[in-house]
Amino acid sequence: MFIGGCHLNECHYITDGNFSALGNVYILKKIIERIGLNPDRLRMESMSAGEGIRFAEVMNEFSKQVLDLGPLGKGEGMDEDTLKSRLEAVKSLVPYIRLVERERLRLPVKTEQAYRKFFTSDEFNRVFDETIGEKLAIGQIISILREKPLTTGEIANALGLTPSEVSRHLITSSRQRFVRFDESLKRYALA
Amino acid sequence: MEKEQMEEQISKCIGEKNFGDVMVVGGGISGIQAALDLGTAGFKVYLVDKAPTIGGHMAQLDKTFPTNDCSMCIESPKFNETARHPNIEIITYTEVDSVEGQSGDFTVTLKKKPRYIDETKCTGCTVCTEYCPVVYPDQFNQEISKNKAIHIYFAQATPLVSYIDDSCRYLKDKTCTICQGVCKSDAIDFTQKPEKMEVKVGAIVLAPGFDAFDPKLRQDYGYGVFENVVTSLDYERLLCATGPYEGEIMRASDKKHPHKIAWIHCVGSRQVLEGGNSYCSGVCCTYTQKQVILTKDHDAEAECVIFHNDIRSYGKDFERFYQRAENLPGIRFVRSYVSIGKEIPGSKNVTIRYATAESGVKEEEFDMVVLSVGLNPPADALKMAETFGIELNNHGFCKTNPFNPMETTRPGIFISGSFQGPIDIPESVVTASGAGSQCGELLDYRRGELSTERVYPLEKDVSKEEPRIGVYVCHCGANIGRIVSVPSVVDYARTLPNVVHSDESLFICSTEAAAMLAKDIQEKGLNRVVVAACTPRTHEPLFRETLREAGINQYYFEFANIREHCSWVHSKEAETATKKAKEIVRMAVARASYLEPLEEFDLPVDRRALVVGGGVAGMTSALSIAKQGHEVYLVEKASDLGGQARRIHYTLEGMDVQAYLNDLIRKVYQHPLIHVYTDATILDASGFVGNFVTTVKSEGRITTIKHGAGIIATGADVYTPSEYLYGADDRVMTHLELDEAINNGSEKVANAESVVMIQCVGCRNEDRNYCSRICCTESIKNALKLKEIKPEIDVYILFRDIRTYGFKEDYYREAANNNVRFIRYEPESPPVVEAGESDEGKQVLKVTVIDPILVKKLELDADILALAAAVIPSADRKEIANLFKVSLGPDEFFQEAHVKLRPVDFGADGMYLAGTAHYPKFISETVSQAYGAAGRALTLLSHDTVVASGSVCEVDESRCISCGACITVCEYGAIEFYNSPTGRKARVNPVLCKGDGLCNTKCPTEAIVLKHFNNVEMASQIDAAFAEL
Repeated sequence: MFIGGCHLNECHYITDGNFSALGNVYILKKIIERIGLNPDRLRMESMSAGEGIRFAEVMNEFSKQVLDLGPLGKGEGMDEDTLKSRLEAVKSLVPYIRLVERERLRLPVKTEQAYRKFFTSDEFNRVFDETIGEKLAIGQIISILREKPLTTGEIANALGLTPSEVSRHLITSSRQRFVRFDESLKRYALA
Repeated sequence: MEKEQMEEQISKCIGEKNFGDVMVVGGGISGIQAALDLGTAGFKVYLVDKAPTIGGHMAQLDKTFPTNDCSMCIESPKFNETARHPNIEIITYTEVDSVEGQSGDFTVTLKKKPRYIDETKCTGCTVCTEYCPVVYPDQFNQEISKNKAIHIYFAQATPLVSYIDDSCRYLKDKTCTICQGVCKSDAIDFTQKPEKMEVKVGAIVLAPGFDAFDPKLRQDYGYGVFENVVTSLDYERLLCATGPYEGEIMRASDKKHPHKIAWIHCVGSRQVLEGGNSYCSGVCCTYTQKQVILTKDHDAEAECVIFHNDIRSYGKDFERFYQRAENLPGIRFVRSYVSIGKEIPGSKNVTIRYATAESGVKEEEFDMVVLSVGLNPPADALKMAETFGIELNNHGFCKTNPFNPMETTRPGIFISGSFQGPIDIPESVVTASGAGSQCGELLDYRRGELSTERVYPLEKDVSKEEPRIGVYVCHCGANIGRIVSVPSVVDYARTLPNVVHSDESLFICSTEAAAMLAKDIQEKGLNRVVVAACTPRTHEPLFRETLREAGINQYYFEFANIREHCSWVHSKEAETATKKAKEIVRMAVARASYLEPLEEFDLPVDRRALVVGGGVAGMTSALSIAKQGHEVYLVEKASDLGGQARRIHYTLEGMDVQAYLNDLIRKVYQHPLIHVYTDATILDASGFVGNFVTTVKSEGRITTIKHGAGIIATGADVYTPSEYLYGADDRVMTHLELDEAINNGSEKVANAESVVMIQCVGCRNEDRNYCSRICCTESIKNALKLKEIKPEIDVYILFRDIRTYGFKEDYYREAANNNVRFIRYEPESPPVVEAGESDEGKQVLKVTVIDPILVKKLELDADILALAAAVIPSADRKEIANLFKVSLGPDEFFQEAHVKLRPVDFGADGMYLAGTAHYPKFISETVSQAYGAAGRALTLLSHDTVVASGSVCEVDESRCISCGACITVCEYGAIEFYNSPTGRKARVNPVLCKGDGLCNTKCPTEAIVLKHFNNVEMASQIDAAFAEL
């Protein structure tokens, strides 16, 4: 997906919505990466109406890149069902993502540098992991547990997470009574 | 003429062809603005331009400083607005022959040059240009590239019709009529002769603009001799994507990209030589910086050297712009006079000789040299003065009233734009609105008599019907048709869901096609229309209009852009372009099926105005609005009117400010429609365009004022210096205090033998990163006055850059000639002041400064030290900004809606801005802006209603969870909570909503929706894009 917008600080509206878009793109790239897709599939560029040549260059470059990456999911070696379920998981999180964006990820200063600095900082990574990252992981865990009970190691393998991350999420979700540990199977299952 | 007689004449003339209210002469940005304001304020306007199109110089510029907005992109929407305006008639390729009569009753004779084109038939398809065999230098591109004898002046020309130049073969020897053969509209008419016509109007606005200084006449710096020396205007075209090399900067000699470029400042300006101009052209420093920044955008490796005198970054945000240019890598600013050396044989590079304090005289080679040429009065200014019966000043610009830069010596004739002297685009726009307001004062009695408003048939409700879509595919002459197979797109459209009719048109924008479209809507029962043609930016209003005229809701229209988005960019891929055109049409049709009818509604307008601030700006605005029949509430926080002007006694030009001010105050108090509130504080302000409510406490009484428009004219303050012993030693004062002391005949001044002035105190530093604009002039004014009273007095001015822009430069020169000593200092080593003793044992202030040219310490003895203290934003700015929901800029002066084209409007509709609240400025500039703000306010107040767009946000209350996410992002303040029967819900005030849709992306429950761009409409379009996947 390509998002084109006016140069930052040159918004037609006083709301400077292109900064909002920029923030969303940073968050979304992180999400895309987290669900196992290539974040290069999303690109945002600022340009003015007078930069036709640049627009053409960027489009040609991006379309070549997209062709190289191959179809969504397939390029990443993901089967279609997994792809669909992961995208569905993200979609169902949209209201939550919007809340987190508002409460934790909105910057007071509208400059490109400030945005780059924040969204590449450890602080952003930490907040993301605590909020959207955790919800995403739990969502994915629940969706694979729906098929059959699994061990921590099996879950970690399936989702590309470390066992310690998985057990942290499992503890949280057990507390919230989404999952339970089935003593007989020695595996986690849906609660 | 008596009013009754006049009215009688008007009623006789209504319906008569050549009768109007105001004629605007000159269709540059200033003339366009004047015409738009006057037309909207209810006057019938003739806009006359001698060029084949409106647009003026602004159309030639690549970008505009200090925002680097694309010049054409911001100007061309105004062309369309002007062309579509029911009260404006554009007459191009026409000059004024004579002006008879008097204010209120002028008879203007116009001479229209033959275009050899029937304007009513030409569709602007440019097929003729393609076939024309005659090539001649393109004037729009500064004669760098070639055009044809028959052509459209530039792609966005208005009117968009061709004209034939004298170089045409038929006109020369009747040997060629190819264009007649290829024109499908039969628009070429070689029988046209110059036409004379008479137009009667009540007032005239002259906006002839300027002419760029031509260095060819004196062969300045080798221009016209050396191929790689160009003027700054040539360079604008080189930079521009629509320029001679399509945005590539190339040298004339070898069509190679220059990598090392020099700019030479002040070409034709600030010189008292024969053929030069003594004044400063004011705009060149900053446009040079813009060109440097753009050059680096084109070629990051480029090496740019700017040879300059003082850098005059005196405008709003100019200082930052200067720093931006200065801080780019590979940029050198060199303060030196220069002379051109030679052209190197072979490479055709050019050398420049210059001198610096560090390294003496040097000669350096450049690939290209750009001359930053100044602004001349229009070449035909003398003839114009004669025709219009007005006087010129000693520089050849228009002579104006020093306290009113728009007033000429002939009543009823006003000027706007750079005919008053060298000014930039925002000032040209300000004076246009200002001249408009003064025409309004003169002609208020006949406002609305000649204006027309469109009447539409009653709208048919088709919302319950199944979609019946009509698709029209346009050839756009050959623009689309030659690449895209239009018939196959038409056929394809018929196969799409809900399409019941599909047709092609040579020009769907022509009047005949519009009539056909309207007929189809009625006869074939179409209830949605898709036009596949050009850009909605220019043409959507036209088609919406057509739908309204055919009796269906205008929002049932969808545009498919198959020109800019298709044929123009895929000219070498006809087959795939056709496929893409079909896809674009498919997307448009998909969206059209889901379009909903939206209501634009009329809101009543309260015809009264509120003016906040009773200084020169506020009083001038209030008077101008009151003179046009509207009640004005003038609110001043002090106990009397007058503002900062009370502290100024004379202007640089010697005008008596106090006499002027007292007269203004008297007029304000005497005007029956102006209600003055002094000692006033504003307790509350609410409402929106046309319907504001402001609560004012004045002298213990609280009043609630209802008003339709508001003007913020709250002025500025003067910085209280903490440096240079100010406050600690009573010989140290500000420049305003010195002005006062001189005029009071103070003993301190009478006894002084030596006065030192320090410039830039409290600004152009980290705390205040802007130039206060007026202080150089203020100090020079004081210096000249001191020298006048006491010729033997020593006056020293310690400065960083002397910024006496425009005609003020003459006074700088006069001061230098009168032995006022100017000593430059660098900000890194500011002057040092301490109390001490002179060699004669007198108690003095010792001022030490390092002269960067002599590189030595100078020690000056001063009896008086005058500090040019900064102009700073007024103390109550934040309060005012919060109350009226208007914004402040980075330096906390009030922020206009658009720096260039809406300089006195706020982003919030119905609020306007004037005077030093906007930025430091002189009284004459304040007056211009005050009239400008009044003129803009009148475009609103002269109507009973204001129309609000239908494409605004709306809340689905059942989904709203009252989280306030939408409210926090809406900087227009359009969303508020209210208590609904089911609890607290967000509600959109459609009048304040600008339809940017940011709130939509923040709402966690998707409860808030932007109408006309809702999810279903957008998703249907995206799904259709990938329908084949």
